[in-house]
Amino acid sequence: MIRSDAPILLEIRDLHARVEDQPILRGVNLTLRAGEIHAVMGRNGSGKSTLSKVLAGHPAYTVTSGSVLYRGADLLALEPEQRARIGLFLGFQYPVEIPGVSNLEFLRVATNARRQEQGLEELDTFAFDDLVQERLRVVQMDPAFLERSVNQGFSGGEKKRNEILQMALLEPLVAILDETDSGLDIDALRIVAGGVNQLAGPDTSTLLITHYQRLLDAIVPDFVHVMAAGRILRTGGKDLALELEERGYDWVDAELAQPLAGAEVG
Amino acid sequence: MSSATVGDLVSQPYKYGFITEIETEKIAKGLSEDVVRLISAKKEEPPFLLDFRLRAYRHWLTMQEPDWAALGYPPIDYQELIYYAAPRQQQKKASLDEVDPALLETFEKLGIPLSEQKRLSNVAVDAVFDSVSIATTYKEKLAEDGVIFCSISEAVKEHPELVERYLGTVVPANDNFFAALNSAVFSDGSFVFIPKGVACPMELSTYFRINSGDTGQFERTLIVAEEAATVSYLEGCTAPMFDTNQLHAAVVELVALDDASIKYSTVQNWYAGDENGVGGIYNFVTKRGQCRGARSKISWTQVETGSAITWKYPSCVLQGADSVGEFYSVALTNHRQQADTGTKMIHVGPRTRSTIVSKGISAGHSSNSYRGLVQVGPKAVGARNYSQCDSMLIGDRAAANTYPYIRSQQPDANIEHEASTCRISADQLFYLQSRGIGFEAAVSMMVSGFCRDVFNQLPMEFAAEADKLLSLKLEGSVG
Repeated sequence: MIRSDAPILLEIRDLHARVEDQPILRGVNLTLRAGEIHAVMGRNGSGKSTLSKVLAGHPAYTVTSGSVLYRGADLLALEPEQRARIGLFLGFQYPVEIPGVSNLEFLRVATNARRQEQGLEELDTFAFDDLVQERLRVVQMDPAFLERSVNQGFSGGEKKRNEILQMALLEPLVAILDETDSGLDIDALRIVAGGVNQLAGPDTSTLLITHYQRLLDAIVPDFVHVMAAGRILRTGGKDLALELEERGYDWVDAELAQPLAGAEVG
Repeated sequence: MSSATVGDLVSQPYKYGFITEIETEKIAKGLSEDVVRLISAKKEEPPFLLDFRLRAYRHWLTMQEPDWAALGYPPIDYQELIYYAAPRQQQKKASLDEVDPALLETFEKLGIPLSEQKRLSNVAVDAVFDSVSIATTYKEKLAEDGVIFCSISEAVKEHPELVERYLGTVVPANDNFFAALNSAVFSDGSFVFIPKGVACPMELSTYFRINSGDTGQFERTLIVAEEAATVSYLEGCTAPMFDTNQLHAAVVELVALDDASIKYSTVQNWYAGDENGVGGIYNFVTKRGQCRGARSKISWTQVETGSAITWKYPSCVLQGADSVGEFYSVALTNHRQQADTGTKMIHVGPRTRSTIVSKGISAGHSSNSYRGLVQVGPKAVGARNYSQCDSMLIGDRAAANTYPYIRSQQPDANIEHEASTCRISADQLFYLQSRGIGFEAAVSMMVSGFCRDVFNQLPMEFAAEADKLLSLKLEGSVG
């Protein structure tokens, strides 16, 4: 849903970032308004996963220049946990397993950290149990997964459902979903996409990072951005994704080779 | 911009590192037969104890310091140590009012108030300062049930027959190098006797405080539970920060007769040295319990967080038929600490059972080894053991080793061993952080989860404390 007067939730300006000595992002510009769904597409190595990690504050990435405003305030100055508490969510491509930490306890602590920031009352184990049972339905997840260690021994699809469950509990304003479709079979994809669609609303914004069109059949984006060599090369509507599906990414290489792309220096 | 700044948090200052200014009576450094005699004379001991000490000393002279543990440290010069030091006001006082206020204050600072008004309501405490017991709380109340809880020096004077009957029967004077040294020169420690049929009405606890910088520490603890008696006992340990190393070589002996049960818990927080490995306690301890009677039970729970060097294997000799031995351990090493710790379960009697749960956490440049023996003798028909050894690595410069030894002479025995190793990775921490959980909370969440099986075994009052202690020790070790 595009409304040009909707408030800006996330504004990325000329963002440069590197990992170790390797520059990955080379000037990303992107604005997310409330109610919008954006998709960032691109090949492996184009920088799209890096973008998601930089936004969430992964310590391995260093921002070298540019800025990110979250609801008008500097996001990059915040620790990762603080970013989460104010409503930024990253759904991981490969959610890690955390042995020994109960999934239920983890979800409760995370939810309460967010609620505390929102000035809401912390939920005790009983109140939280009610909430989590309700949110489990969004992803049609077996409650047995709550009793296990975080992601431990979960299949790829179960891990992704657990991600969306977390999103359902944390109720973020900006959700970044990194390759949420990878490793999912058709049924799991439908469930996960259904969950994302349920959670998207007029006050929130979603940034989908994906390789493939198939996720965008299930979650229809308002904007599609093509990323290459650490920048957004083209932006269009959902048709752009279809075009990519048809033509592949070769034209991107061709375009990159053109000098007109190259206001770039150095 | 993030957790990279975690280096700033490294080495949470050791909270218990202060030194108490107090006049101490010390003898000249060095060890000889005369020194052994002098210690015994100062303590006005009966002849049997002097004999015990001398036999131990003569045997010690023939022994070699063990070198099989995965530990590295410069040679200890035993002639450079002082073997007897005591706060000047050394006579045990009838009432707490007569104890040097500086000592009471010391224990209060350590969170162990001893005075009538402030002491813990449900725990009797024996406070040991530089190897000398300075006060024992609730003695009279315990005496009503026939429970004896006092310093071992006092027991030697007041209950010599009990000490003579049990001392050295579980850990013989010539058991090993450090036990022999302890037997020759031990200064003080706790004595517990629970008579037949009595369930000790309160938690017993000894708090060991090292204060001197140049004195060896040699405590001796003896706990006897007669038929069907039960007791839960906890020891805590702290020491000041010195840039030299202090030797601590204690011996603990437990005896459980028919149907008796002893639960022995340790929260060890000796000074561990600084982040470069300068200073800290060398902890060479022999702890052993004997399930002498049928259906008796001995359970060791230890949370080892301090010491520069830990060499410690709380063990059970399962002699009585159907007796049970347990060992639950969390050993955490950080910076340059080294720990070689585990247990021995010696199955002698039929249908004896033992459980071993060991959790090793290694951070910094530390090294943490589990070493355990499960031995099943020819008469131990139907013996069973279950062992689980898990290691957690934090960072990429720490080491974890597991050395399980299994010897069975009983084809009928059932022995299971499971082991695992995991690592707290930057990605796991980032994952938790990206869900709004702070860095320190994330680390402690993972460590608590890892240690839960062991913490569940600690007396309630101390489980939360142990959890907190671990988090403190780990602060800044990840990143």
